[in-house]
Amino acid sequence: MEFWLGQMLNGLSFGALLFLLASGLSLIFGLMRIVNIAHGSYYLLGAYIALSVVRSTRSFTLAILTALAVLASIGVLMQRFFLARFYRQEQAQVLLTMGFSFAFADLALWLWGGDPQRLAAPARLARSVALGPVVFPAYRFTVILVGAVVALVLWLVMERTRLGAIVRAAVDDQEMARGLGVNVGPLLTGMFAFGAALAGFGGVMGAPFLGVYPGADSDVLPLAFAVVIIGGLGSLRGAVVGSMLVGILDHFGKALFPELSYFTLFVPMAIILAIRPTGLFGRG
Amino acid sequence: MRMRRPLRLLFLLLGGAALLLLPQFLPVYFTHLLILTLVYGLAAMSLDLLLGYTGLTSFGHAAYFGTAAYTMGVAIVRLHVRPLPAMGVGVLGAAVLAALFGLLAIRATAVYFLIITLALGMGMWGLAYRWVSVTGGDNGLPGILPVDLGFGWPLRDAVALYYFILTACAVAAFLLYRLTVSPFGLALRGIRESEGRMRMLGFNTWLHKYVAFVVAGGTAGLAGTLYAAYNGFVSPTDLHITGSAEQVLVVILGGSGTLFGSMIGAGLVVFLRNLISAYTQRWLLILGIVFIATVMYAPEGVLGKALALAGRRFSGRLVPAAPARREDVLGELGVDAREEGA
Amino acid sequence: MTRRLAVLAVAGAVLVTGVGITAPAASQARPIRIGFIVPTTGVFAANGRDMVNGFTLFWEQRNFTVAGRRVEIIVEDDVGAPANTLTKARKLVEQDRVDMLVGPLTANSGLALRDFVHEAKVPTLFPIVSADDITQRRRTPYIVRVGWTSSQPNQPFGEWITKNTSYRRVATIGYDFAFGHENVGGFQRTFEESGGRIVQKLWPPIGAPDYGPYLAQLRRDIDAVYAIFSGADALRFLSQYQEFGLKARLPLIGGGTLTDEHILPQMGNEALDIVTPLHYSAALSTSENRAFASAYAKKYTRSPSYYSENSYTGARFVYEALVALRGAVENREAFLAALRRVEISDAPRGPVTLDAFANPVQNIYIRKVERRGGLLQNTVVFTYRGVSQFWKYDPEEFLKQPVYSRDFPPMKP
Repeated sequence: MEFWLGQMLNGLSFGALLFLLASGLSLIFGLMRIVNIAHGSYYLLGAYIALSVVRSTRSFTLAILTALAVLASIGVLMQRFFLARFYRQEQAQVLLTMGFSFAFADLALWLWGGDPQRLAAPARLARSVALGPVVFPAYRFTVILVGAVVALVLWLVMERTRLGAIVRAAVDDQEMARGLGVNVGPLLTGMFAFGAALAGFGGVMGAPFLGVYPGADSDVLPLAFAVVIIGGLGSLRGAVVGSMLVGILDHFGKALFPELSYFTLFVPMAIILAIRPTGLFGRG
Repeated sequence: MRMRRPLRLLFLLLGGAALLLLPQFLPVYFTHLLILTLVYGLAAMSLDLLLGYTGLTSFGHAAYFGTAAYTMGVAIVRLHVRPLPAMGVGVLGAAVLAALFGLLAIRATAVYFLIITLALGMGMWGLAYRWVSVTGGDNGLPGILPVDLGFGWPLRDAVALYYFILTACAVAAFLLYRLTVSPFGLALRGIRESEGRMRMLGFNTWLHKYVAFVVAGGTAGLAGTLYAAYNGFVSPTDLHITGSAEQVLVVILGGSGTLFGSMIGAGLVVFLRNLISAYTQRWLLILGIVFIATVMYAPEGVLGKALALAGRRFSGRLVPAAPARREDVLGELGVDAREEGA
Repeated sequence: MTRRLAVLAVAGAVLVTGVGITAPAASQARPIRIGFIVPTTGVFAANGRDMVNGFTLFWEQRNFTVAGRRVEIIVEDDVGAPANTLTKARKLVEQDRVDMLVGPLTANSGLALRDFVHEAKVPTLFPIVSADDITQRRRTPYIVRVGWTSSQPNQPFGEWITKNTSYRRVATIGYDFAFGHENVGGFQRTFEESGGRIVQKLWPPIGAPDYGPYLAQLRRDIDAVYAIFSGADALRFLSQYQEFGLKARLPLIGGGTLTDEHILPQMGNEALDIVTPLHYSAALSTSENRAFASAYAKKYTRSPSYYSENSYTGARFVYEALVALRGAVENREAFLAALRRVEISDAPRGPVTLDAFANPVQNIYIRKVERRGGLLQNTVVFTYRGVSQFWKYDPEEFLKQPVYSRDFPPMKP
């Protein structure tokens, strides 16, 4: 019994982490139809920035804020001066993000060196909590909580606020939105920056979980892709469902069929793609 | 590419002569780099068939390259098949895989095709990594060398291997070229420009795309077997997404839709990587910047740029041009527009 | 304007490349050329850096000279990928005409390189790659190993555990590839032969993002957990081991790389009291090691790891062999024979000689992580002297058995 409970909680926390990792990717695609290959390096940069800030100020909160600010700025620069030139040319945009992913990964190696690092969770959360026979790290509960909050906030903003309505309008029909007086250019830049910041935030939250090391970007990117492929690109509900599915399936798969550990990720992906190429909740 | 006949012939002769004679005069290491260029170039050319000619961006093309290499390796090392038949088995393996994956992938369009091929590529990497009893897992599969073709052609030294690979690549490249200028190839270009229109004209676009996918996969597989024959070793890194991404990079750098541009692109990447990493560790950063610059300012790639400067209309585009005029497409296919009466 | 610049830049690069390749090598009094292939970029950059540092430090202390000849070290980056290792090896051997190769880092690169150097007959030194078979079933006269085999420290360790602790039922968790299999295999063999029992084996893949599912599977009826990881994975594993409350109730032992100095500075209290075996510890209190560690720390502002020491002592091997040959490195057979005859009594790790299979016979240290002076270190608690890759077994009998793998030794029913 405690085995299943433990695995369930694990799967949930891993799923919540995956949601934080993948939501930025899904959002940027949903809004701008850009497959951001540099997403993994946004994660990496967020994690490294958090590491530096925590080392010098011991404040996790400050780390989060700094990472958000820096990644948003990078997002603004990238979108405004590079991606915006290729309006509606998705292939060119994907290739640009690919070039940036190479550059960012090497930049991180240059600035922070090659040693694998550890970012400890904030002291208050570094304890373990006992739930009956199961011992569970408090930080993982935090991740579940934060994931839920982020999902809720994203949903509220998109569905219930005026800003969200404007964004959705601009996405559905840019010319119309422009005609209605919406300033589409800065809106797109802002959306991309938001997605980038979200990815960076995922990096900060994920760092105590996964560690900070060169190559973390190419470890995280396939996971994020798995989530958005299964859940469907561009759908918040898809990102939530996809991350939970992947997290729980992966954990139970590793527990029950250890030889097939990578397959537990890819087989569901292939099956879903075969039936519904746009993912469970994807918008075409 | 349609250039004036004498000019094209001249380029072919010069290029061919260079490829044939350079290894005799230059240091052996240069020959090694040429071999790598040929192998990666052929794989990239097969990707160009999809990306440049059909407009399908595949981000999982390394899967066919690696699968063929592994199939050949397993056949030789574990099943003791002779090298030449093993190569055939390798190519077959890649083609079968492409046939399977094509069924899943071709239904999707544009971005989803990219995502699906990426996912499938990652899946194959995972398989190579975890199926330790067959593939050796992370340690890889050694022991494929030496390749003795069995008719008195020892391939023990680099130069001999080079000529063998050059022959194989030349034949494959020629066949690919013939494919791209055949009616089938022209139909692919039509699909790239506007699939709807092609369907309306009665073309079975799904079949065209599928066949292109399988051909591309098989050709990449051929490159993979040559690679295995050269290195004597296969490892999961050969199937990793970074390999697929690099193939896309090579095609774009060289010039998508020009076929031979991919060979030039491969040469650029192979030689630059080996040259630059002698002076600085920041090779990846430089590669990233070069790539970004290419996409921004020279999206038609090196060969595309050269052709444009030479005054020729460039037939492959990174950025879709204005939709092809119906008369142009029909004209290329040899149909007189006026007779269609549509 | 920018378009033209882009085209010109690319054309220029091609031109320079062509010139660079065809320019003839400058001729001069011939130095001894050593080709060093390690990852200097990518995921393994830090370990590669330690290797380069250790090797270079030795030669700096000797002014890059031996037997009256200059020594030239050419470092090439293979990014930890076997295909690159082979490309760089070809370049070093055929273009730079090196007299010997040193490296690489990863096991798969080492296995790929093995076939190449065997064909090309290039004397090669393996300071780090520990895949057992390189000096066992797949040995070649052209490779001399100056590091270790994965099972070498673990074989004495199994016995040490039964003799010095009350652990009799142990679960293992380690990398699901040769390195993990061989570490666990070596431990399992002697542990079970001396009365212990491995009741569970878990094999997560390299780079698993979450060890949670594996930790949750650990049985409750065990005395200790044996773990083998390295690098970022070791950091992650130890954090998660503590977070799940296991550190508090289940003692942790493991392979040496779990707490090696290349990651120890990153760890916190979760590393305390972990016992591991290895042929080196930066905390070894001999005068040779203290001299080495302080020279290393002075130059590179960090503590040496086993990557550093193995490369340093590897350089020493080359030095001693060349001294014996009076610098005549061109006779490759003689050079290899001289390398195999080298005996060092005062390496930082202690005395080292080579067995008949060109693998070191050396001390194995049982270490325990402690905090001294505010910093974590691998304190040596016991020393096994003169340990070979075969432990107490007869080499012939040893080689008749298959190499350690997932299923060998098999689990007791």
